[in-house]
Amino acid sequence: MLKFVKSHLETITGIEIYPLISLVIFFTFFVALFWWVFTAKKEYINTVSRIPLDEQVKL
Amino acid sequence: MEVQQFYYDNKVVKKFIYATLLWGIVGFSVGLLLAFMFLFPNITDGISWLSFGRIRPLHTNAVIFAFVGNAIFAGVYYSLQRLLKTRMASDFLSNFNFWGWQLIIVAAAITLPLGYTTSKEYAELEWPIDIAIALVWVAFGVNMIWTILKRRQRHLYVAVWFYLGTFVTVAVLHIFNSLELPVGFLKSYSVYAGVQDALVQWWYGHNAVAFFLTTPFLGLMYYFVPKAANRPVYSYRLSIVHFWSLIFIYIWAGPHHLLYSALPDWAQNLGVAFSVMLIAPSWGGMINGLLTLRGAWDKVRTDPVLKFMVVAITGYGMATFEGPMLSLKNVNAIAHFSDWVIAHVHVGALAWNGFLTFGMLYWLIPRMFKTKLFSRALANFHFWIGTLGIIMYALPMYVAGFVQALMWKEFNAEGKLAYTFLDTVKEIIPMYWMRAIGGSLFILGAIVMLYNVVMTVRSGSKVEDELAEAPALTKVPKKRLRGEGYHTWLERKPVKLTIYATIAILIGGIVQIIPTLLVDSNIPTISSVKPYTPLELEGRDIYIREGCVGCHSQMIRPFRSEVDRYGEYSKAGEYVYDHPFLWGSKRTGPDLLRVGGKYNDSWHFNHMYDPQSTSSGSIMPAYQWLIRNKHDMSDTESKMKAMVSLGVPYTEDDIKNARASMDQQAKTIADNLLQVEAIQKSFEEEQKELGSEFVPLKEREIIALIAYLQRLGTDIKVVDVKDQLSKKE
Repeated sequence: MLKFVKSHLETITGIEIYPLISLVIFFTFFVALFWWVFTAKKEYINTVSRIPLDEQVKL
Repeated sequence: MEVQQFYYDNKVVKKFIYATLLWGIVGFSVGLLLAFMFLFPNITDGISWLSFGRIRPLHTNAVIFAFVGNAIFAGVYYSLQRLLKTRMASDFLSNFNFWGWQLIIVAAAITLPLGYTTSKEYAELEWPIDIAIALVWVAFGVNMIWTILKRRQRHLYVAVWFYLGTFVTVAVLHIFNSLELPVGFLKSYSVYAGVQDALVQWWYGHNAVAFFLTTPFLGLMYYFVPKAANRPVYSYRLSIVHFWSLIFIYIWAGPHHLLYSALPDWAQNLGVAFSVMLIAPSWGGMINGLLTLRGAWDKVRTDPVLKFMVVAITGYGMATFEGPMLSLKNVNAIAHFSDWVIAHVHVGALAWNGFLTFGMLYWLIPRMFKTKLFSRALANFHFWIGTLGIIMYALPMYVAGFVQALMWKEFNAEGKLAYTFLDTVKEIIPMYWMRAIGGSLFILGAIVMLYNVVMTVRSGSKVEDELAEAPALTKVPKKRLRGEGYHTWLERKPVKLTIYATIAILIGGIVQIIPTLLVDSNIPTISSVKPYTPLELEGRDIYIREGCVGCHSQMIRPFRSEVDRYGEYSKAGEYVYDHPFLWGSKRTGPDLLRVGGKYNDSWHFNHMYDPQSTSSGSIMPAYQWLIRNKHDMSDTESKMKAMVSLGVPYTEDDIKNARASMDQQAKTIADNLLQVEAIQKSFEEEQKELGSEFVPLKEREIIALIAYLQRLGTDIKVVDVKDQLSKKE
């Protein structure tokens, strides 16, 4: 897999690390995203989701 | 807590609704005219500003930016105020947004038919209009963010995030793709060349679909579907995942428009990988939209608003399933350049954008005018005739796409191509007929809606700004409160949310584009590739003006069927002087990359005068004005200087001798043409008739165009390979 990247970008030193960095970025991003989503309080989620319907949502 | 009273600005919403209806009908009608041009190619014979190449961009721009654009603004201005419990921050900016946008549309409707185009798809408008778009778009964004800062609702509902994401991304895309060097009031050259231009263009083009046709409409879906169904969205958690993963992944997928092209493989593969991933957030969003109707499906049977919305979301689901499939290299090899792609985009445009807009309008208009819809029966009729129209449009185009692909790739027992390009065109004419009928049904539905809306408006009362009340926000610390989740905190910090969204979309663009721009090894140069001669450069500008790129590609993919039909496959190094690139995305006619030297000059002359005379059954329209028009070459030197500043190696001598060089090249071509008796005779007659007003053949536009066409692909024409391969067509 790395050879595809390397053959085209070999003028950049240390290019091998790039795919690893991207993997880390993506993994962290989605783990964090799901962490936020699943730890959000149910009560809060319910209230927020009613914002379009209820003209007087209090938060 | 003090309850404050304020008024929602309904008048600006009303204006955008009217504009949506008007431009919708205009945009659809231009599309229908184009559909009929496939059947009657010379329906607008002799009228240059109604020729296919010039009004195809008018259709796409009218539908995307005029119809969908105004629908976005109508929906955003209505929902944003209500989601934030405040009036738009600035009436001036709201109206500036409205009138500026309409002015841009009018400017597009005038300049595109006149041939002022950059040729880059969905970014055809020339530089002064690009600047106007940037100004109006920023006014929209400033007004939105300012309104958010003034809000009385602490938490930003998910629809608002989609609006913010739309604003920042479209701004970034528009600015970077429109970087161009002006050479006159309405003429510019892209600062990027060839492969780089293609990558930036499709990074833009793909994300115009993502962030102009999709994310704002998802925002509208998250507001109007719950409103119409009178229940909250199915899963708010899912909508959070939907938003972040969609914007994070979408921005990477652009290179799937360039599979098997001369774009470096690593960029193509990156585009494929992200396109396949996209199915997850897209379908998450679709399911979220459809399941919002849980327990309300009985309403879908009776309420036309919900019917439209259900078909819209289903269309979104179909188009976003098809998108990743089309991005697989093996599927793309079949679908690319064919009518399959036309079917795909129309499922998106007619069903997702069209029907969601119609549903939104049927819901909004009675409320705005404080009345009932004039006729529910007519709305139902619109729904059914529109749905039938979409099916009648899309199905034949899928069939046409497969037929084209299979015939293009068919070899006979002797190992030669089985069909000429013209055979493949003739075969799908019935499909083009059905498509035109499907399109007519869709427009018929839109006209019925227009009547229904007019009658509803007439029975209603005047639109007035609506009184509302809400308590002012109490101050809370900027930092996270005890027990407050991170994302909950972020949802009340609009500026931070916007910045993070911007970072999310920038990562993809940076990773793909910067290496292609900076790393030389991505575009290997070819020593035999030289810049165009001044006359060829002028001819290329005529090719751009007439929108030839709308039907003819200049990109031969490395397949046996294509190399056999068109010649040696394209190399990245062949395009290094192409500002802008002209690879095209559709083959209504054959590829032209190696058309140079394939036919003689008089063949091109006759073909432009009467395409059916050289190619019986061809659906190419005639371009007789190119033969009549005197060629305005007053800007040649400044065009060459602009090219020099973009890195094309013209020397000072080249520029100084441009006139002489053009004259000589033009004379050679004109002499070739005048050897044909019929041509010579007709020009002699014309000279007798016009006397001193006669323009010699060598000074006409056709000469420059022939010069360009005869140059195409000749820099690396591999004679041996061509001779070894069988020849067809």
